[in-house]
Amino acid sequence: MADTRISGFPGAEQTVLGADEIIINMGPQHPSTHGVLRVKLRLDGERIVDSECIIGYLHRGVEKIAEHRSYQQFGPYVDRMDYVAAVSNGLGYCEAVEKLLGAEAPMRAKVVRTILTELQRISSHLLWLGTHAIDIGALTPLFYCLREREEILKIFEKYCGARLTTHAFRIGGLQYDTYDGFEQEVKRFCLDFVHRVDEYEQLLTENRIWIARTKGVGVLTAADAIDMGATGPVLRGSGVKWDIRKAMPYAAYDKYDFEIPIGKNGDTYDRYVVRMQEMRQSNRICLQAIEDIPAGPIMGKVGKVLKPPVGEVYHSIEAPKGELGYYIVSDGTTQPYRVRIRPPSFINLEALDKMIKGHLVADVVAIIGTLDIVLGEVDR
Amino acid sequence: MSALLEFLKTYMWPLIFALVIVGVLPLLAGYVVLMERKVMADMQARLGPMRVGPHGLLQPIADALKLLIKEDIIPENADKLVFWFAPVISVTAAMLAYSALAIGPFFQIAELNIGLLFIVAVSSMGIFGIILGGWASNSHYSLLGALRSTAQMISYETAAGLALVGGVLLAGTLSTQKIVQAQQGGTWFVFVAPIGFFLYLVASIAETNRAPFDLPEAESELVAGYMTEYSGFRWAVYFLAEYANMIVVASIATTLFLGGWLRPFGSIAALDFLDFFPPLCFLGVAGYCFYRTPKQPEPIQSGVMALFGGLCLLLAAAMALPFVPAFAASKAGVHGAFWFLLKVSLYIYSFMWIRFTFPRFRFDQLMKLGWYFMIPLSIVNVLGLGVYKVLRQLQWSRWPAFLLTTGGTLLVAIWLVWLAQRKVAVPGPVGDMTEAEG
Repeated sequence: MADTRISGFPGAEQTVLGADEIIINMGPQHPSTHGVLRVKLRLDGERIVDSECIIGYLHRGVEKIAEHRSYQQFGPYVDRMDYVAAVSNGLGYCEAVEKLLGAEAPMRAKVVRTILTELQRISSHLLWLGTHAIDIGALTPLFYCLREREEILKIFEKYCGARLTTHAFRIGGLQYDTYDGFEQEVKRFCLDFVHRVDEYEQLLTENRIWIARTKGVGVLTAADAIDMGATGPVLRGSGVKWDIRKAMPYAAYDKYDFEIPIGKNGDTYDRYVVRMQEMRQSNRICLQAIEDIPAGPIMGKVGKVLKPPVGEVYHSIEAPKGELGYYIVSDGTTQPYRVRIRPPSFINLEALDKMIKGHLVADVVAIIGTLDIVLGEVDR
Repeated sequence: MSALLEFLKTYMWPLIFALVIVGVLPLLAGYVVLMERKVMADMQARLGPMRVGPHGLLQPIADALKLLIKEDIIPENADKLVFWFAPVISVTAAMLAYSALAIGPFFQIAELNIGLLFIVAVSSMGIFGIILGGWASNSHYSLLGALRSTAQMISYETAAGLALVGGVLLAGTLSTQKIVQAQQGGTWFVFVAPIGFFLYLVASIAETNRAPFDLPEAESELVAGYMTEYSGFRWAVYFLAEYANMIVVASIATTLFLGGWLRPFGSIAALDFLDFFPPLCFLGVAGYCFYRTPKQPEPIQSGVMALFGGLCLLLAAAMALPFVPAFAASKAGVHGAFWFLLKVSLYIYSFMWIRFTFPRFRFDQLMKLGWYFMIPLSIVNVLGLGVYKVLRQLQWSRWPAFLLTTGGTLLVAIWLVWLAQRKVAVPGPVGDMTEAEG
């Protein structure tokens, strides 16, 4: 009775053993699809024969909204794309519009932007680490990660009043100057954080089960990664040394000394190591930047009403998840003619089908976790 | 009527014990859940349940009530009879195992000469509840969970059984009473067969579907595995079965390896002051409860706290009972229950510790561990303990015999690990040889 029920799905074929393949829908409501991703899996036993990603459950038409808002008004919307790294989204957007205007933010603003963005990178990676670990079954790191993330969110809250969707930056610079004690708080966090990363690594890096679950899982070769347009830790995990902070420096990154960690095999473990190293490097940047924040104005010379000249601009930054690009076309009015966003999660997600083929169901969650996607950004 | 009286006279104590177990076990399982949540919270830098009762002490009761009054949903395409019956099988099997477990020299429902075999046999029936529940739900996640659970249980039941054989070999009996008596005066079997104990620890985690072997209900993969479609009271019954099973395997391990109800260092007269530990332990807890009573935010919470303190005082008094000369005979029973439950708690604590530290195995890795490592090693372990027993009969003294056999088994274990490591040296997607060659 049971076998007639589970077979008969369109697309299900007989397997080698004469058993039926089954099709399961992972998501959109599933504990570990990180939002509303739906992956349709064709399974032979537990082996994945084929898969299909179905997205769009969180589509809000962010790019279309941009066409009906003034440049400043659109600022808060970008926070809601990658909602765990709102500061990075804001930085990319503000810099893109500044480029379009031909304006530049003052140095003080740039340095503060760098510090906040790097803190945001740490917090985004912390959330990734916690959820990735919990997907693979390690329950405890999540709470340690959230504990440290909380400290970062507290700094954001003190700085601009919001914790998650911060809208921390303005086109042309900053609205708020740093609060009293900002330097000390960031410094205290950074000095403490080095030991915290050691703590997480103690739990996972050398753990035999963790290694068994991540090594050789979801391999993405360098060539494949480049072909698919993967960026960020996914690309670097495959051994490609490409980081926009170094390649095309923006904000104040050219002033600081940091390294680009890369992996070798392009598997889940390498991407894990890369992100752990990235947290340390971000921490290093923060420590350097906090030492001397130049004095001066925080807002550049942009008008109250923004009317960029007719033209187009593409500007991209290294968001925690990869290259976040903004392509803005201006028709000379106060509203953009077209905004196109290059979301790193969306493009990295394309690699999923290739990576999970031939693996087991348990690996699917590990691979979704290692891609570090945020559905708000995938669907926009 | 007189026949009934006669029946009651003969079976009065077993009946009372059975009632106690049926009544107390769900409560105990509830408090094991609370303990787990508290331990988890402690390890994860948070507080855990704090709202229902002081320090969340009434949380299990609130949870049970909530589950009882929840809507009972049976999926439309489910096999209704099996769906209804499956959790009952699970919980019955788990509860039935207690009928032969000895919590003290006195507290036991039935003293069977095949006690351990009976317990293992009955508790492994619980797997039917899981398979049938997963099948009857008619959901893919449930089915996958049930299939995983079948393979896992079959593999690890073997290793667990063989690990137990080692202990049984040392005791020379299957009766739970006699196994404990065999450890009296001498050493607990965990010190004679440490590898057997370790094997049973690992296998029992796998058998009870606990992390890192919780694949049948792997939350992040299969939603809730075989329990996906269950809700409300039926789900609670599954949950009860799981935790009752945990207590069963902990009790088996305690009986066989940790000296059952015996006091630690029972044969050393100089450490007889340990007899004062049970009452003092409860006295301490009671003192802490009373100390915290005025600090509770609500008067009702203070009341509950004081109630718990009173309860602990009562238990302390019960534990002090054997010190009254007239009741000195009750010592083995009263203190025995304390030590037994303490050991069971420590065993369960180690389960929790492991759960919150390690990530989850993948299915093929689990099978590999089971068949390549656990089963061969447990066979070698039985062999080693057999040799130990023969050597002892040949008048070897304890240490040389122990070092020889355990050392030999350990060497085999290292060899097996080395073999397994060589096998996983080339990682890659599971199976699919064509792809690997291409």
